[in-house]
Amino acid sequence: MKARTLALISVVVALLAVFVFVNFRSGPFAAIRVTVASVEKRAIAPALFGIGTVEAQYTYKIGPTVASRVKHIAVQVGDLIHAGQVLGEMDPVDLDDRINAQKANRQRVASAVQAAEAQVQDGIARLQHANAQLQRYQKLLTTHAISQETVDIKRQEQRIAQAGLAADRANLDVAHRDLARVEADVKGALQQRSNQQLIAPADGLVVARDADPGTTLVAGQAVLIVIDPNSLWINARFDQLRASGLRAGLSARIALRSQAEQTFAGSVLRLEPLADAVTEETLAKVVFDDIPDPLPLVGELAEVTVALPMHSAVPVINKASVQRIDNRLGVWRVDDGELRFAPVTLGAEDLEGSVEILTGLNQGDQVVVYSERALNTRSRIAIVEQLAGVSP
Amino acid sequence: MISLAGRDIIHSWGKFVLTGFGLGLLIGVTLSMAGIYRGMVDDAKVMLDNTGADLWVVQQGTQGPYAESSSLYDDIYRSLLDMPGVLRAANVTYLNMQVNHGGHDVSAMVVGVMPGEPGTPGHPLYLIAGRHITRSHYEAVADINTGFQLGEHIQIRRNLYTVVGLTRRMVSYNGDPMVFIPLKDAQQAQFLKDNDALIQQRRRNADNPAFNRPQTPDLVDALNASQSTNTYVNAVLLQTKPDVFPEEVAESIRRWKRLQVYTRPQMEAIMFNKLIDKSAKQIALFLVILAIVSATIVAFIIYTLTMGKTREIAVLKLIGTPNRTIAGMIMQQSIGLGVIGFVVGKITATFWAPIFPKYVLLEPADALRGFIAVVLICALASLLAIRAALKIDPAEAISG
Repeated sequence: MKARTLALISVVVALLAVFVFVNFRSGPFAAIRVTVASVEKRAIAPALFGIGTVEAQYTYKIGPTVASRVKHIAVQVGDLIHAGQVLGEMDPVDLDDRINAQKANRQRVASAVQAAEAQVQDGIARLQHANAQLQRYQKLLTTHAISQETVDIKRQEQRIAQAGLAADRANLDVAHRDLARVEADVKGALQQRSNQQLIAPADGLVVARDADPGTTLVAGQAVLIVIDPNSLWINARFDQLRASGLRAGLSARIALRSQAEQTFAGSVLRLEPLADAVTEETLAKVVFDDIPDPLPLVGELAEVTVALPMHSAVPVINKASVQRIDNRLGVWRVDDGELRFAPVTLGAEDLEGSVEILTGLNQGDQVVVYSERALNTRSRIAIVEQLAGVSP
Repeated sequence: MISLAGRDIIHSWGKFVLTGFGLGLLIGVTLSMAGIYRGMVDDAKVMLDNTGADLWVVQQGTQGPYAESSSLYDDIYRSLLDMPGVLRAANVTYLNMQVNHGGHDVSAMVVGVMPGEPGTPGHPLYLIAGRHITRSHYEAVADINTGFQLGEHIQIRRNLYTVVGLTRRMVSYNGDPMVFIPLKDAQQAQFLKDNDALIQQRRRNADNPAFNRPQTPDLVDALNASQSTNTYVNAVLLQTKPDVFPEEVAESIRRWKRLQVYTRPQMEAIMFNKLIDKSAKQIALFLVILAIVSATIVAFIIYTLTMGKTREIAVLKLIGTPNRTIAGMIMQQSIGLGVIGFVVGKITATFWAPIFPKYVLLEPADALRGFIAVVLICALASLLAIRAALKIDPAEAISG
């Protein structure tokens, strides 16, 4: 009988013990499990994170200056080209015939110049003869062998010869100018002809061939797009809320989407004076220290992490500790197992989630980092190393 | 003084304890069902709590962002910040989707949150590991129920996100765990079509002579670019200043900004009357039926247990035991059985609650109600048994 009583009592006691245990381990009576950390004094290195696309600093869009049709293209996408190389040609249509006409015209005008020169020679001869005649008749007049009237006629003839020569010279001048004009016309036509050729303005890499022979293009439309592969940079965008301190010269790490595990060294070349007003982002150009080989693809997504200068050592906590209670930012401080809300002011933060505490905490203070539930001053807490469900 | 009930229990303690366990499991099921109902209601409530918002601003004429879809321009929050009584405003997007994790999908609600200090509306309230989002792209804080761990990569649409923080009890109204990602990524995730659809769209645009004109070769590119942007959010969450009534602020926004605004009680009403209405009622009805069935079974067990002791009661009567003592014995035994059943039920319910895929909330008030109900049912059932016992003829003790 006694053994049975004991057995029954032990079963009941065990049940009650488990009952009390479960009531205090779960539900609202249970202590909230939290992890705590002490406030460390250390220096943090804030950093900025942005994304952008690989772009080329120098992009040349090569195309016709007037509406015309593509005649042939000598290069393909991926070809390396040199400055001055002929990359293709637009169809000149009747330009060559017009040049031939201009050249024939030039010969005609050159002949006209020769004719005018002969005219001038003729005029000079006439004038010399008139001068000689006048001198001879003037001598005869002094001996009264001829009348004054005859001398006057000779003087008039000499003046007519003078005027004729002046007219001939003017004609020659006109012919010379005509020749110059026609020559300029020929030169212009030849230049127009050479403008039909698509010439590389600089060394580069052909990245696009937008039109094939036979295609008609409007003025300014690109046939070929050429980039300078040594001028690749990242056009990076930083959220304006998290872009303070960004400036030229800061070092950066660049991760390309296709090679996410690898990062490349770079630096901020410049901060764009114009920000994007729609996306509320600050724009910056980030250059590679060494252009990666193989070349990054133009247009590829890249992640940029810019390191800011190291701060001096101050109290630092994990930002997961910071809560907003009654409109104040603060942390839950643990004093002798009691929770106390300590308002804080925050300083700079880094990308690993650490934040500087400017006021409100001292080095060595114990603060709650993670908690199973939201806390309040009446919460009962149990401090653990790690919360349930989190793998170490 | 010797307790007659105690002695009887000790006499057949194995039978007594086993019956108690059986009852306990039944009570455990009933308590769990109550927990499932409470958990369902709590999921909806906790979703609203976790936003930290006093007001929800949504598209005019909609009951968004949870019960209906709603879209607003993402710069409206600035003009809302200027409204009197508004303390903080934050854009938010919600997207129910399958998040790829190690080759299999996890149903989750992806929440796009604006960068900001702790306590910005929409942010997870507390973490259980890791850190908050610090980069403006491709980082995620996930609820532990997703099964994600720190440092893992998850795929949302075409981008990979690194899990940098874990939280718990951040769920949507239907219990799906939440994954918090930066707002800009979430906006992209909402509009971004798959690559095939993008290519087809570009081709359709290029084939349309209205867009692909020879004189303006850049038009089709501009059109493609404009078709792949998203400047919309689902709602703006507002926190009001402590000394104003949210309803007053809501009214002035409705009137002057021509947007729909819901206060916390209105949002709760939408949640409970429109979203979880039917499933909650379904569970509640089943809970009522289960409670009635459990009560009946408990009553029958007590009754048959007493009836099994007919001969012993007859002997007691024969030796002149007063009726009060016999009634007391039966009453004490049945209440004792009820108490053991309740304790076992509460323990089992607590132990198996975490195994349920959705949240099971065992409220102490429910447990107390359950306890009172069990004791009352046991007392009532024992009254029936007592009535039957007192009718027993003492002669039965010596008959047969």
